[in-house]
Parts: sequence; C-alpha cells; structure tokens
Amino acid sequence: MIPKISPGFEDVLPVEYRELVQDGSYGRNLRIKDLGTFKESIEEHPLCAGCALSLSIRLIVASLPCPEDTIVVGTTGCNSILMPQLAIHNIHSLFGNQNAVASGLKRALKIRYPDKHKDVVVVAGDGGTADIGLSMTMHSWFRRENITTIMLDNEGYSNTGGQESSMTREGVVLYMAPLGKKYPKTRMFEIARESGCAYVAAVSPASPRRLEKMVRRAILVARAIGPTYVQIYCPCATNYKFSPSETLKRTKDDEQIREYMSSDAKELIERLGE
Amino acid sequence: MASAICSQKDYKVVPGPEAYLSPAAASMGIVLPEKGQGLIEGQIVSEKVAMEAIAKKLLGAKNPTFFPGPNVLWAVSEKAVAKAVALQEMVKAVPGMKIIPMPDYRPKYPMINPEVEINPNHPNLTIWHNEIDVCVFAGVHCHYANLALKIIRGGTDCYTIALCANPGHEDAMISLRDVHVEDIRRLTKVIERLREGSK
Repeated sequence: MIPKISPGFEDVLPVEYRELVQDGSYGRNLRIKDLGTFKESIEEHPLCAGCALSLSIRLIVASLPCPEDTIVVGTTGCNSILMPQLAIHNIHSLFGNQNAVASGLKRALKIRYPDKHKDVVVVAGDGGTADIGLSMTMHSWFRRENITTIMLDNEGYSNTGGQESSMTREGVVLYMAPLGKKYPKTRMFEIARESGCAYVAAVSPASPRRLEKMVRRAILVARAIGPTYVQIYCPCATNYKFSPSETLKRTKDDEQIREYMSSDAKELIERLGE
Repeated sequence: MASAICSQKDYKVVPGPEAYLSPAAASMGIVLPEKGQGLIEGQIVSEKVAMEAIAKKLLGAKNPTFFPGPNVLWAVSEKAVAKAVALQEMVKAVPGMKIIPMPDYRPKYPMINPEVEINPNHPNLTIWHNEIDVCVFAGVHCHYANLALKIIRGGTDCYTIALCANPGHEDAMISLRDVHVEDIRRLTKVIERLREGSK
C-alpha cells in the first residue's frame, strides 16, 4: 500500500518522511534511469565514502518492480545501518536469521493477501548470507520458498573492523586477518544453483542496467516459481585500503557477470518480456 | 536495581531518573487495569479518575508534549484518521502543547534530530533536549511504547501518560486502556472543563 500521512500531521512529520511520501518511488513504476528524479533514501547515511554497498542498495531499491508491496529483510552488517534510511518496508533480523524470517513472512503474506503479490527480498551481506546464516539461506532454497536473496558481497566483515569471511578471496590480508585468508572464496553462485534456486545471477553496481535487470528478474521469478539469488560484488574501500574514488573502477575490473535460470524461469522471463 | 530501592509491595511508577536499568513495572507487581479502569502511578483507579488526573497533569505542565505514533500518524485506515483528528483536538485543548512525532521505530543512524522526532530506542534524548515535563503517548504499538516508557522513567524526570487502544501500560505513570475516538473526545471535554474552571 502507498503510505499517506494522516490529515493534520503533515506539518509535524520530519521533512525527510514528508519527502519520502511525496517523492518516493511508491506506485510510480520508476526504474534506474529515473534515479535522481525521486527519493529512494534519506540523504544522510553513515556508510563510508566510496562504499560500493551503499550504491548497490540505491540501485536495488530503484530496481524493485513494486516497492510499495515489497518488504526487505536484512540482518547485521554494514547494510543494516543504511536500511532504516530507505523508503521501503524493512525488517532487521538477528544475525543470520534473515532467510528464515523471510520464509515465515512470505508464507504469512500469501495467506493474508492471497490475491496480491507481496515481494519478500532478503538483502544481506556476505557474512550474514554465506557464513553465519548459510544454513538458513540454503534451507530456504531447499524448501523452495518464494523469496529473493540478494547478497551484498564486500568480501569481508567490514563494520566490525575487517575480519575475513568465507567470501574473502584466498590470500587476502585484512586488518583482522593479518596472515591472509587460507582457503578460497565460497562458490555461492554454484551452491545456490544446486540448492534449487530457479534464477541465480552475479553482478556489480558498476553495471547498473544489468543489476536492475537481474534484480527484477530475480523478484519476478521468485513470485511465480521459487527461490532466487543475486550476488552483488561491492568491494569495501575502507577495509581493502583503496581510495574511495577508485571504487567503481575496482568494481568494474573485478566484477563477474553471470546468470543461470531454470527452464521454467527462462520461459517466464521471456513471457514477461524482462 | 529498583528492587534495592523499594520492595515490590510499595513500588510506584513515578517520574525518575530511576535507574540505569529501571525494572519493568509488571515485574514489580503492577498489574494492568480491567475494562473501565485506568492506572495512576501503579494504582488501579476508575477511568474517570484517571482522565481527571491526565487533564490536571497536562494543564499544570510547563512543557506538555504529545508523541503520536505510527498508528495515528499514517492514514492506514479510516479509524486511524479519525483517531488522529480526535487527538489533534485534544492537543488544541491544552495551552502550549507541542507535538513531536514517532514516525517509525527504526533506529536512527547516524543521529536523531530531537527537535523534530522521538524514537523508542532513545526517547530520553528528545525529552532532555526539549525539556519536556509531561508527555502523552498514543498510536504507538504496545511493545515499543513499553520500551520507550521504561527508558524515559529510567533516565528522565518526565511524567508519562499512555492512551492505549489495548490493555494499557504499567510502565506509564498514568494509563488509560481501550482508548478509541469517543474516549479521546471525552478526555478533551474533561480538559476543557478543568481549563475553564481554573480561569
């Protein structure tokens, strides 16, 4: 539903809420090309300069097919301190629980709104998705839950000061991994595909149009067929010790764009013209 | 802990600052009122008595403030809108009463602006900043109202009033239960009557 302010309270709400209601993306069928013409988040957010993750979140919000009927489930991580700033319903779950919370939420929404699509989208970091929440992430895929999982892969635990995650590449030295990572990056793309995701994609914010297409496809397939997974590579300038101005170049240089879809998903995507 | 300050038997829900971690009033033996009743500082009284006490507190306050929550700020239903209108009438009846909204419950990063909003995770910042001595909560989901009320009692000397649509709040200094549009209008009338009587 599109939020409206109760009459008489328009002037007492903080200005950013008024702007989110007046100029937000709800019910306007906006896309990434429209970024800058609408308000998808409050201006101030506490993420670092040059944060590829914050850019990814903006792009994700601008890519949602139906933001007014979308609930984002997040979990602990850098992304969770930006979530409260978004013009979108979101739930913060205990670290690693996001796919379990999203599963229950989606099932409840199906019962409550049988004739309406309510998109449940998990947006979490690599620690929440591939380490601490891996069991819940994979089991939601095994159960064929109709949810989209988006992993913001900054290849480390960034908001806790730079520990290695399973998504950190082998050999990488971080502030709190001084000897370097001893084993390779977890192959989440393949894990998702083999766990039953109908649509799996890997992209980065350096390719915004591709990101939009993949996020939209993932959500539309999740509605109709089953679980979907999008892995967004968004390196961390702070913990990987590169200049904020280099973020996009570095992202572009290292990004891997991949896409897998089941035959059902392919048919649906073709039918929808996505 | 408050249990070291006084025994459960004579525990009163009064303005603080009470303790860094003030106890939930329910854990100190304060029980919720039945239908037609209210709570004043932990004691069960009739709704009528509670309404009179609310009116006196508001009219005697230096800086009375109303904190509307999401259930009335957002026009999610006709009922919410009607309640919002009734609450604004109540605010108008109290001279100098301000409104500071609680638009949602999400933690505010990097900082909250206490001039313009209150948040249940750190309501004391808004109370301190605006020197609020009496406040009214309405339209806040119960679990968040309890959180905010406890923090306010723990860290400030603000007198809290909860107009609850459900069973009331032990953690408020005065609480009404089952408050709907007509009840708010009755409270407004009580405020107006006392205000006129004091002239």
